[in-house]
Amino acid sequence: MKEHDDELDCSGLNCPMPVLKTKLKIDKMDAGKVLRVITTDPGACNDLPAWASKVGHEILSNCEEGDKYVFYVKRGA
Amino acid sequence: MSEKKKMAIIASQGTLDWAYPPFILASTAAAMDMEVKVFFTFYGLPLLNHKIKAKVSPSSNPAMPMKMPFGPKFFQGFDWPIPNMVSGNLPGFETVATSLMKKTFKNKGVATVTELRDMCLELGVEMIGCQMTMDVFGFEKEDFIEGVTIGGAATFLDFASEADIQLFI
Repeated sequence: MKEHDDELDCSGLNCPMPVLKTKLKIDKMDAGKVLRVITTDPGACNDLPAWASKVGHEILSNCEEGDKYVFYVKRGA
Repeated sequence: MSEKKKMAIIASQGTLDWAYPPFILASTAAAMDMEVKVFFTFYGLPLLNHKIKAKVSPSSNPAMPMKMPFGPKFFQGFDWPIPNMVSGNLPGFETVATSLMKKTFKNKGVATVTELRDMCLELGVEMIGCQMTMDVFGFEKEDFIEGVTIGGAATFLDFASEADIQLFI
């Protein structure tokens, strides 16, 4: 468990919802803050990094926790 | 910051299965900071109605797998060999196939078409209704959800000519 400022649980949601919900959530956060995103969608493992690199956010780490995929997304400027 | 990327989509199909790709791609592109416009024409136009009534049409999808959304895994994985002759002519088959597909989507955590359309609106996707199709099929602007603009081929092409991605769906 890393440090984070907010959390978003996308368990059970399929493409493209984890990306869309992450975007809407992180928009409300300040630059430099970290959002912990939990998803059960294996497609998100490629989609979230692809999205983040396009919009200037940083994926600090991602890991599997049981049957879930957990991402730490740091909001860019 | 460089200028925003642009994506232009033509949504021309009105069945439930074909309703997904435009809304999925439009919402995701908007989430990726692109400027997105979707032009709804012909059978795609009713997707702008207040209530989306899209169904699947097995008769026009020969390769569509017929799967059951319930029961044990081997049962769900079984592809029912229903010939087109039957699925295309059996009264009520469309309704059954539609509810099976909706149930399968729900089980797999796929959002409904309406939810994805709402996402598009929230993320600033511009939706354009085709004026000519409105005239032909008898639609009024009031039939559509709020925020829809009305235009024609030139409206779309004006935007599409400068878009980085153009899709016809």
